[in-house]
Amino acid sequence: MSGWQPSCPLEHLRLRAQMLAAIRRFFDERGLLEVETPLLCRATGTDPQLDFFSSQFNLPPHQHNLFLQTSPEFAMKRLLAAGSGSIYQICKAFRNGEAGRFHNPEFTMLEWYRLGYDLPQLMAEVADLLQHLLLPLQPSLMLTQISYQQLFQDSTGLEPFSFDVDSYQAYAVANGFTEAINLCGDDHAVWLDFIFSHCVQPNMANHTIYLVHGYPAIQSSLARLALDDPRISERFEVFVNGVELGNGYFELSDPLEQSARFDREIAYRASQGLPAVCKDELLLDALQSGLPDCSGVAIGLDRLLMIATDSKSIDRVLAFSIKNA
Amino acid sequence: MAIYSTNEFKGGLKIMLDNDPCSIIENEFVKPGKGQAFNRVRIRNLKTGRVIERTFKSGDTVEGADVVDRDMQYLYNDGEFWHFMVPDTFEQYQADKNAVGDTIKWLKEQDMCILTLWNDSPLSVTPPNFVELAITETDPGLKGDTSGGGGKPATLESGAVVRVPLFVQIGEVIKVDTRTGEYVSRVKE
Repeated sequence: MSGWQPSCPLEHLRLRAQMLAAIRRFFDERGLLEVETPLLCRATGTDPQLDFFSSQFNLPPHQHNLFLQTSPEFAMKRLLAAGSGSIYQICKAFRNGEAGRFHNPEFTMLEWYRLGYDLPQLMAEVADLLQHLLLPLQPSLMLTQISYQQLFQDSTGLEPFSFDVDSYQAYAVANGFTEAINLCGDDHAVWLDFIFSHCVQPNMANHTIYLVHGYPAIQSSLARLALDDPRISERFEVFVNGVELGNGYFELSDPLEQSARFDREIAYRASQGLPAVCKDELLLDALQSGLPDCSGVAIGLDRLLMIATDSKSIDRVLAFSIKNA
Repeated sequence: MAIYSTNEFKGGLKIMLDNDPCSIIENEFVKPGKGQAFNRVRIRNLKTGRVIERTFKSGDTVEGADVVDRDMQYLYNDGEFWHFMVPDTFEQYQADKNAVGDTIKWLKEQDMCILTLWNDSPLSVTPPNFVELAITETDPGLKGDTSGGGGKPATLESGAVVRVPLFVQIGEVIKVDTRTGEYVSRVKE
């Protein structure tokens, strides 16, 4: 293949266009407003696991550092606080250092927020959308809703919420992942990430949408904690064929709690020598003025197209991947 | 030696793992949307040939392995070692049975091979993709049969046994693909 040519078959471009049109129809019929928010912003997320791109804006005599957004979440929440009502957006999102079979540093995201929805309602809407988009192509597609705890226990026999490092280590060794002992050390969250991505996801049934809810609180920076169990956050993830497609929250609206979580992450970034970020004061101001109760979710559309076209690599659904962008 | 980070991992990169030189076959980036990024890497141990999988935390570093491929001419076997020479410099290397491995059956004096050197000593020997070798033993074929259907085993001067068409005779030189072990054609003297 010559370098100038698209990395995907032209047929996949048509499927992408059809999918975008179908998504817009889906939300228009349900009365959500399509919005656009800036991709270049003065602040960005503090999540230590996400690396961002930054750029210089030259407007003499001033020079601003601007960030390419890792998700449109903060700007969309400011719209919600301003009274926009339920909204959706299809946009590019940028994550530095991410390239692989399922990752391109610039990718297309669908993100939407539902006013007054709790998580079960939003999960039902995610299932509706995925079935609407995928069933015509894959009529045998099934749907499963399961808690993180149940799924983890079913696949591994381990308890995800109480950290028993001995049983985690024994499980890793028994399954040929001896290196996990050094990699994960005594970090509960890293152990969960390791075992979930290496042992749970690969064992998910094919041709099945998994809505996994009740994630450990130690892994969520923007979700509320469950009222009856502070170890659990009001978060779900959606998987198809073992591929992570999206993440949803019952959104945190308490500005003090949000500010505290930003501070914790900023301190952690500093301790790990990661690039410094400032907390998004405009988001905190918006929360201060009042974010209505809402749930929101983001879906990676390139991965959804991979599933729709049975593609093994994200390059096969992008006009030009980072390799020849 | 160079130090490589997981984001430099790609097919063919030579690294040290558990004190053995290894070659990366495939590097898969595994990252939950919210969580620790890993690199799941398929690696061939260049000493044993075994392929294993190993996970690294993204951003971790490993030591590179001083492994290079060099074109050399096969000279002779002294009973214990196989001797090779770099044509431009006349530098000589001796490879043991372990390093020569299966390649032994394709080796003909003066043929060019690729020697993989680790810390300047031979780790493995790769034969040329195509070799031309004389047949030392095969059943007499039927005269006039040029169909090539069926075929028969033939032993070559280097010791390899390949399937050849019925019309090919003892003493003839044939061209063989060493990657598949298959007969390609007769070679006109």
